[in-house]
Amino acid sequence: MPVLEVHKMSHNFGGLRAVNGYHLEIDAGQIRGLIGPNGAGKTTIFNLISGIYAPMEGEVLLNGQKVNGLPSHRIASMGISRTFQNLLLWRHMTVLEHVKMAHYSRIRYGLVGAFFGTRKRRREEEEIEGRALELLDMMGIRHLANQVVLNLPYGAQRRVEMARALATEPKVLLLDEPTAGMNPEELVQIMEIIRRAHREFGLAILLIEHRLKVVMELCERIQTLNFGEVIAEGTPEEIQNDPKVIDAYLGKESVI
Amino acid sequence: MASTTTFRTFRAGWSRVPLIGWFFGALLAVTLERLVGNPLALAVGLPKIPALFGLDIMLKKPLLIPNAVLYVLLIYGLPMGIATRASIAPANRLATGLFRLPIVVTTVVYIGFLYAILHVWAEVNDYRALVLKLTLIAIMFTLSLNVINGYMGEFSCSHPGFMALGAYCASVFSLGLFVDNRFFGTALLPPALGPFLFPVALVLGGILAAAGALIVAVPSFRTRGDYLAIISLAFLFIVKSLIENLEYVRGPRGLSGQPDLASLPTVFLWTVACIWSINNFVRSTIGKALNAVRDNEMAASAMTVNTRRTKMVAFLFSAFWAGIAGGLFAHVLRYVNPGTFGIQTLAEVLAMVYFGGLNSVYGSIVGAVSISLLGEALRPLEIFKWIIIPLLLILVMIYRPTGLIAFKDVDVTALFRPKTGPGDEV
Repeated sequence: MPVLEVHKMSHNFGGLRAVNGYHLEIDAGQIRGLIGPNGAGKTTIFNLISGIYAPMEGEVLLNGQKVNGLPSHRIASMGISRTFQNLLLWRHMTVLEHVKMAHYSRIRYGLVGAFFGTRKRRREEEEIEGRALELLDMMGIRHLANQVVLNLPYGAQRRVEMARALATEPKVLLLDEPTAGMNPEELVQIMEIIRRAHREFGLAILLIEHRLKVVMELCERIQTLNFGEVIAEGTPEEIQNDPKVIDAYLGKESVI
Repeated sequence: MASTTTFRTFRAGWSRVPLIGWFFGALLAVTLERLVGNPLALAVGLPKIPALFGLDIMLKKPLLIPNAVLYVLLIYGLPMGIATRASIAPANRLATGLFRLPIVVTTVVYIGFLYAILHVWAEVNDYRALVLKLTLIAIMFTLSLNVINGYMGEFSCSHPGFMALGAYCASVFSLGLFVDNRFFGTALLPPALGPFLFPVALVLGGILAAAGALIVAVPSFRTRGDYLAIISLAFLFIVKSLIENLEYVRGPRGLSGQPDLASLPTVFLWTVACIWSINNFVRSTIGKALNAVRDNEMAASAMTVNTRRTKMVAFLFSAFWAGIAGGLFAHVLRYVNPGTFGIQTLAEVLAMVYFGGLNSVYGSIVGAVSISLLGEALRPLEIFKWIIIPLLLILVMIYRPTGLIAFKDVDVTALFRPKTGPGDEV
């Protein structure tokens, strides 16, 4: 059974049909790509799946359970995590605090622990910190744990965001242009990190990406989106040679 | 160059004084003042002991400034300087011993010590005791506002309103139960029970304030920034005009004659409890969620943070402490009227928060203490007080836009750690 299913999902912004009849099935351990020209509706699809907007039509199922309409923190704690295209980090918080924060939904000490500093709280905070440090190790940014994110180089900030997304212990990870603005060296590193996260956690990953090289290398299947609709779906080779995809990106070959 | 290095080595001598050493020095100084303060004040040409480190004299009688400075140097500067420096080794041994005890015991010892210093200092005259109590209340009030304006990054103008709710609730409770008076009739309980039930009065005030905070917390789910600031300002006016029009609490005339229950130890203990619980809260991951909501709400909720719960808890918790501060305030002055909780109080507490530093427990303490003392010192200038303090605030905002000590919570273990030498921290 697929871990994430999306059926006939549609959404309007005012009079604009941003997403129309979107459909998706991902099995655990699959990496899927989502490409398309700017404004095609890729990020909107992420926002709809992760609950930032509630889709107007259709449904989103996580392990067969309906999640659309739930608040986004609930969806996140059920196992859909994401990163953001333009790095939404908390500018005044340290790297370690970022990753600890993503454990929020599993904190059991409650307000009593928060106000009075009980022993249970100390134990839980230590446990969370331990797990957060492990993740930072995996991302290779443990030495930055006590730095405020604002001061970090761009590549490190991307890693913090990835560590934070993984700390929610997701089943499905939505990556919104993880390589945007990276140089070739950082690009290779972030691809390695995506592969490792995929391997070690057995995640289903949905990836928005503009660089075809990355998509072609990482993804088993790719969907191409234009004007909110899927215009082509298939393996990287099929997509690369699909005339509709070429049209969407380069315009029709005609006239002259 | 040579002089700066000598100054640095001169100052470095005190860098190894542990907190307990400073406490001993301060206790020595205040005890000295109790014993020889009066004759010394006369000897240096002052009419009596300067109440607030000479600050109160400076504007009233500027000619006496050198005498006041000399007095402060002789009573506080020299004894503290010499005693702390001389006792580095034994103080550090004591600090090491205390540091090994369970953290609760250590904390109690330090807080007891701090109280002893304040108590001896305040015993000199009633004016000092009053200023000290009001300063402690200002710390609570500032810190509670910092939870919203600093840690959560919303601009709340409603805090004097929360304080008013707490003040009136606690006053009605204690006036109705323990005092015979014209407005609530005869006392229902023997006044001897007052001190024991006073915490109940305060907590009820805190709870009422927290309930009032719902009016601001619920809109905060949907709106942020300027709009929420206006809603909170509206709340302040609602509370003020509500009290002004309630004949039950005597409208604009206010309530007077509250029993004298807010003694210095009571106010001190409540302040300690307030600092302790707020500091605990903002250091926990649940409390850090306030920062996450402030810095990016969308990211916070995508990372499983329940943003509504976070905002609700922040508003209610902060209003609760503002309410407690209000209850204490009413019982320190033993008079409360709705006019107290207006824009002026709002401006004052905002000045304390932004002057001291946003997102900071230390900052709130520093802001509340310095603006309170400054306000007392500038009292002879009357209206000019409200020109000088805002000017100072503007200067701070230009040179340190986040306040004097921003982003600093209290870490008790770091505070109590003995300073045996550089590099050998345990």
